[in-house]
Amino acid sequence: MSAITHHVPDAILASYAAGSLPQAFAVAVASHVSLCAHCRGALEAHQAVGGVILEDTKAVAVSASLKDSILAQLDAPYTPEPVYERNGIFPGPVMEVMQRHAPRWKKLGMGVRQDILSADAHGSVRLLYIPPGQAVPDHSHNGLEMTLVLQGSFSDETGRFGVGDLEIADETVEHTPVADPGAACICLAATDARLRFNALVPRLLQPLFRI
Amino acid sequence: MLTQTIDRPNLAKSNKVTPRREREPVSQTKNDYSDETIWMLAVRDTRDRGAFAALFDHFAPRLKGFLIRGGASPQQAEEIVQDVMLTIWRKADMFDPHRAQVSAWIYQIARNRRIDIARKENRPMPEALKEEPELEPDASQILGLEQETTQLKQALAALKPEQREVIEKAYLGELTHQEISMQTGLPLGTIKSRIRLGLQRLRHELKDLTQ
Ligand SMILES: [Zn+2]
Repeated sequence: MSAITHHVPDAILASYAAGSLPQAFAVAVASHVSLCAHCRGALEAHQAVGGVILEDTKAVAVSASLKDSILAQLDAPYTPEPVYERNGIFPGPVMEVMQRHAPRWKKLGMGVRQDILSADAHGSVRLLYIPPGQAVPDHSHNGLEMTLVLQGSFSDETGRFGVGDLEIADETVEHTPVADPGAACICLAATDARLRFNALVPRLLQPLFRI
Repeated sequence: MLTQTIDRPNLAKSNKVTPRREREPVSQTKNDYSDETIWMLAVRDTRDRGAFAALFDHFAPRLKGFLIRGGASPQQAEEIVQDVMLTIWRKADMFDPHRAQVSAWIYQIARNRRIDIARKENRPMPEALKEEPELEPDASQILGLEQETTQLKQALAALKPEQREVIEKAYLGELTHQEISMQTGLPLGTIKSRIRLGLQRLRHELKDLTQ
């Protein structure tokens, strides 16, 4: 695997640490951090800043009974949260959104496939499968789009993106990612708005495909 | 790997016989750890309830103040304090003093809990790193991280009040990622770079794992 060269910008990482990042982007960032030691270290640094702010916060007295109530619960049974492990090319946070299923690909045409893992008014998380040499349908978008490469690689007007690389494109970027020769390119794509495809899928069909 | 052990100057050149004891590194032992680290390790390693009570006394009122500043009602804040304190007890084995200060670790737990409640869905988290179990605690690394955190605290204290306020808002989750990005005067990178040790160790460990 070649080294990861496209990382999470500081402002996005700080926002992720603080929990103000929209859910779809948080999936992409948590997945990148799972693959990238550089950003894991940077995230830990942001958490350290949060920790210092917590330490410096003016204390507010808690009710008298709280401590005893908590101490009394230490031995109480509880259900541990599920742990989502990496499976093949899919990092733990992607496995969590997929609920441990294998991808359920739907054809988009020209050999391109997608699996919408989650979609609502606040954004969407999808897997994209792009055969080598094939372009991702030319599109621009409202808002921000994050694309994390899980297999293969793609290139567009801004550079080359291999496994683990995270591309962040805002509405000013009208880009045409093309899968490089070799293995098919599989990406996680997260947006905080609906995609607007310029070609391939007529706009009328968008509600149908939920893209 | 960076260590905090400082070799005494070699005095042989001045024809002085250096007693062996003198040439040992400046002693850095777990006795020098901060109280918070000592309590947390006692909770993790010996399930020490007295140490847990001490952690509660230190962190619960700060957490309550922190959560109220972040918009929670006093009652909500106490409920979250309870969840966070129980998580500290239950997930103590995840605490790694080489990579996180207690305050940073608790900050992250508190932010997760707050978001899970607000969004009614789990915040995606990066995969946990699997530490090698036989890894000996490295006192110089743990103390080094504590020293870095002290420097970080000083760097934050040295900020202009307006800057400090923006940083606090960002890490309390009150700013969107766009708002954090637009704060161009914010020394995010500079502040974050005070915490280097964790990142260096991480790189070191990952290199060992892949070789
Ligand atoms: Zn990275």
